[in-house]
Amino acid sequence: MNVNKIALVGNPNTGKTSLFNALTGLNQQVGNFPGVTVDKKVGKLKLQNRTIEIIDLPGTYSIYPRSKDEEVVYDILSNPKHPDFPDAICVIVDSSNLERNLLLFTQVYALAIPTVLVLNMSDIAFRKGKKIAIEKIREQFPEANINVTNARIKLGIKQLIDILEKRINPRNDLPKVLISKADVIAQQQDTEKKFQEINELVKSCVVQDSSLKTRHKVTRLDKLFVHPIWGYSIFLLVLLALFQLIFTLATFPMDLIDGLFGSLSAYLHAVLPAGLFTELLANGIVPGVGGVVIFVPQIVLLFFFIGILEETGYMSRVVFIMDRIMRPFGLNGKSVVPLLSSAACAIPGVMASRTISNWKERLITILVAPLMSCSARIPVYTLLISLVIPNRMVFGFLNLQGLTFFALYALGIISALLVAVVLRMFIKTKEDSVLLLELPDLKSPRWKNVGITVFDKARLFLVGAGKIIVAISIVLWALGTFGPTERIQNAVQKIEKPINKNAVQLAAYEKQVKAVKFENSYIGILGKTIEPVIKPLGYDWKIGISLITSFAAREVFVGSMATIYSVDADGEETRSLLEKMKQEKNSDGQPVYTLASGLSLMVFYVYAMQCMATFAVVKRETKSWKWPIIQLVYMGVMAYVSSWIIFQIFS
Amino acid sequence: MKQTLATSKRGNIFHVRSVQQSAISAKLIEMGLYVGQEVEILFSAPFGDPIAVNVGGYVLSLRLNEAALIEVV
Repeated sequence: MNVNKIALVGNPNTGKTSLFNALTGLNQQVGNFPGVTVDKKVGKLKLQNRTIEIIDLPGTYSIYPRSKDEEVVYDILSNPKHPDFPDAICVIVDSSNLERNLLLFTQVYALAIPTVLVLNMSDIAFRKGKKIAIEKIREQFPEANINVTNARIKLGIKQLIDILEKRINPRNDLPKVLISKADVIAQQQDTEKKFQEINELVKSCVVQDSSLKTRHKVTRLDKLFVHPIWGYSIFLLVLLALFQLIFTLATFPMDLIDGLFGSLSAYLHAVLPAGLFTELLANGIVPGVGGVVIFVPQIVLLFFFIGILEETGYMSRVVFIMDRIMRPFGLNGKSVVPLLSSAACAIPGVMASRTISNWKERLITILVAPLMSCSARIPVYTLLISLVIPNRMVFGFLNLQGLTFFALYALGIISALLVAVVLRMFIKTKEDSVLLLELPDLKSPRWKNVGITVFDKARLFLVGAGKIIVAISIVLWALGTFGPTERIQNAVQKIEKPINKNAVQLAAYEKQVKAVKFENSYIGILGKTIEPVIKPLGYDWKIGISLITSFAAREVFVGSMATIYSVDADGEETRSLLEKMKQEKNSDGQPVYTLASGLSLMVFYVYAMQCMATFAVVKRETKSWKWPIIQLVYMGVMAYVSSWIIFQIFS
Repeated sequence: MKQTLATSKRGNIFHVRSVQQSAISAKLIEMGLYVGQEVEILFSAPFGDPIAVNVGGYVLSLRLNEAALIEVV
């Protein structure tokens, strides 16, 4: 029979993703199921004269949902009117662990939708000395197609495609109605009954080579990874290596992107006729897009490494040893990955929290994730540190500037944990916290799977965060370009025009005009308006402007400062920005950037949720306005109060 | 005193005798911890919690309070 739409279902860790990738390659799209946060992964299997749509449903152990995200599987398969209801189902099982895997299959088989049983991971079953008598399975499930594969090395994929294309058995038997979602007791009894049948079947169809039937051996690597000392040391080393690699490897492409977009802006200025459109393009859109793209190298690298750690099975060991430590904070061992990702960017971090099935733990993870210092804060930290922290050694070997940098990171991590403790007391839930995690065998990573994960995450970042960052950049550009005309004209006229028309003086004059225009734009006025509010923190209106523009992305702070002080921010000129900022005096003749105001500003940047893209992602992930607003407020209050305290202490 | 997975020693093979009715009992059974299943504690995390258990051929990690729901003999 011909089918057009096939759903892939299976337990986690059965190679379902590998199979999906093998069938569809890069013809994948990620969308959303209505009402839940799981990604809807749809791929196209291209055949000679038609294509079959393949939906990769979330991994689950049973058709009966035990978490919000697993409901998708139940909802789709139990409802023939569902828009995603498939013509046929592919159940992928781990051949080396038939017993547990067949539960889902027997449940799906009972639906009387054409079903293909894919006995995957044939190599591991073979290694464990298990031979499967397929005839026996066929006797029990006569209506299903059965195919043996090893998706990791693409064994059996051709045969599978052949089945999917034209040989899927139509079903003539009557479907059994699924037990209702709410009736857990009946589900449990049904599961127990099914396992008894499966047990009998497995006894008759799996022939175990007795010489290979050894009790599960704990491998030496596993002993090392969960060891009280070595386990944590290795994890710490992995972390250090990870971030060291990310920051060193990302520098080059980031500089390249920075330069590229800079030259593009300059080029547009040079070739396009001067005017508002050129301004919008060269000063609004291009830097906006550049501000998004510049983070791609770090995000790609981070997810490349996290992808390897997950593919090999190491990450589940990290979850295992971190769970007890994270629990008192209201978090889960599984919170490690989201928090780790947030050290590059909170957006993929928040999205990575989906693996946490407990809503409370997941919510807390999401709410504290943006406290981890992300890569957009680095340029801000760097500027402020070189501005107010002396470059000298303490205790003979520690560089004070480096130490401050480290302290800001530590402050973010410690605060995230402390806030989690507080949130734990306020967020109530009926759901029990569970870990229940499969520890898959350690294995070498499949590069294609890692590659596709990286590609997916980069796309999610570019589309999810990118749109918002670009949109806000344009709004901010408009606010920074326009202002009350008269006010701007008056201000510009006050600047002395150079008498000698040499290039240097003209350039200086133009920069001054630019600065004055910016100062009197709407954003400048806004900055001045909020000055009384931020004065107790030690900030002037110029910092106020930059705080506002930072809402597009934090690193915009540096660019705004450069515009206000009428210097170019990039390269050699950073030094001139530093010089200007150092000389800046307030109305009392005191320097604006002191140790007190500098530290206060750094702490502000650690805490404040100056990232509209994160706000939007949290809204999407929590499906409500409530949580992102709470997050924005608590982080804002924390930033304000802490910065005020820091300023008072140091001044 | 009932013997549960949480109080069992590492290295011996046990069989699941019952799963205490709770919010997660259906899930535990679906993960393969049905009555009669062979289980063996393989190793535990540094603070003794969670533990890793071989459940009929695969490794499942669960917290001690989850393991305490599984009575074994």
